[in-house]
Amino acid sequence: MSQEILRIQKISGHSGTVPGEDTQREYTVCKLIDTTTCIGCKACEVACMEWNDLPFGETVFDNTYQTMPETRWNYWNLILFNEHEREDGTLMWLMRKNQCMHCAEPGCLAACPSDGAIVQYTNGIVDFQQANCIGCGYCITGCPFDIPKMNPKTNRVFKCTLCTDRVSEGLEPACIKSCPTGCLHFGSKDDMKFLAETRAKQLREHSNHPNAGVYDPPGVGGTGVIYVLHDATQPELYGGLPRDPHIPWTVKLWKGPLKWLGNVAMVGGLIGLVVHYLRFGPKAHEDEDAHPGGTKS
Amino acid sequence: MSTSEQSIPRGHVLRYTLKERLTHWVAAGAYIYLLLTGLAFWSPWLFWIAVILGGAPVSRMLHPWAGLIFFSAVWQMYVMWSPQMHTTDVDKAWWKAVTYYSTNQDDKMPPAGRYNAGQKFLFWGFFWGAVALLASGLVLWFPERIPWNLRFLRYTSVMIHPAAALFTIGLFLIHIYMGVFAERGALSSVIRGDVTLAFAKRFHPGWYKEIVGDSTTPRK
Repeated sequence: MSQEILRIQKISGHSGTVPGEDTQREYTVCKLIDTTTCIGCKACEVACMEWNDLPFGETVFDNTYQTMPETRWNYWNLILFNEHEREDGTLMWLMRKNQCMHCAEPGCLAACPSDGAIVQYTNGIVDFQQANCIGCGYCITGCPFDIPKMNPKTNRVFKCTLCTDRVSEGLEPACIKSCPTGCLHFGSKDDMKFLAETRAKQLREHSNHPNAGVYDPPGVGGTGVIYVLHDATQPELYGGLPRDPHIPWTVKLWKGPLKWLGNVAMVGGLIGLVVHYLRFGPKAHEDEDAHPGGTKS
Repeated sequence: MSTSEQSIPRGHVLRYTLKERLTHWVAAGAYIYLLLTGLAFWSPWLFWIAVILGGAPVSRMLHPWAGLIFFSAVWQMYVMWSPQMHTTDVDKAWWKAVTYYSTNQDDKMPPAGRYNAGQKFLFWGFFWGAVALLASGLVLWFPERIPWNLRFLRYTSVMIHPAAALFTIGLFLIHIYMGVFAERGALSSVIRGDVTLAFAKRFHPGWYKEIVGDSTTPRK
């Protein structure tokens, strides 16, 4: 949304170099979500819709506190409510604010064939440029978190922008601004990582959460949204947070070796056929055989 | 379809009926559109093709529909031609002698029928390629409708679709080369329907033998 202000370090479907490639800002930005202090008030959901001017849509009631089963093209921020019974019979009510994770190595961007439809700014934010989107939905396949959603009317894909417009003006994202418990933090990745680790240590040492830890999956190069979890050994409990997310290997194969093999085969095949024609030429008919040189007697 | 409706020049013989020719060109037109738009989505270096063809969103919208047209034509080919595409002993001998074929020493080839073993391979290659492209293409048409727990369908489709496409591109290149450049008379046979008797005798001696008794009827 604010390409003029933020330099770009990665562009989808792009041939040639990228304006901000090989340049670096002082820090990449990061959102920290402490699931242990989230009360599920949904202020962040409202703030997200308000700031991003998303139209109101009907919600789905499925006997939980959750607003709807999953995020939508016009509902980017959704708290997932999960009940988990521990071995000692006590109940844990887990709430996780779900949105785009802003991966350092984004699967959506890797899968996207359209030039400039998905960009990653040098501050780490992954942003969709709907003007360049062609509606193929490959980003949906590339994302290990099931985040990009298509507007069925316009065939353009949307997701959380990490409030790029606010961040580029030095403000924190709308969800952070609205959180009443302080479970959401925003800052540099280094600062957020430090804060998260400190909180996880506190949970391990002073609360009854020996498995508390930080979710910053290395399979996608780390994320621009990190979680503090009561039990980092079981991220699946938090509404199916993948244990070891990575870009699907078939997407990597398709965009990597298959692409090069295919290009070499296609170009090589063309060259081979031209050379074959120069060497052997067309097949001769019987009546032409009788008159080599093409002269009719 | 009655073949006698068409006048065949003296010394020529009907090879493809109007129905066969029409089916071929429907498939050809759809395939070329699919190839161009598909290549645009395949590589950023070729994305400009989609821009020329009316813009990438338009290409994305029409590509699946062209795919349905292509598959319908291929299916029609299957109905028309699959009985003629079974492998015979001559075909096995043909493959053993394929080096002679590729070096234009056609007099050393075993006598092919209406279709030689290479053409049969092309037929089945395109048929199964089209099946794979259709199956994976249907998934890629509506990726947002595939439930999360069936996401392996999307993961396999993004790999199968380009792989099958590359396979058919290989067949397509050989097909164009043989039909337009290597075998003179082949291109006009799929436009006007007829080939010279010399062509039939040279490249499809088995078929020539079948029809030579009745020089205006290709088969049956």
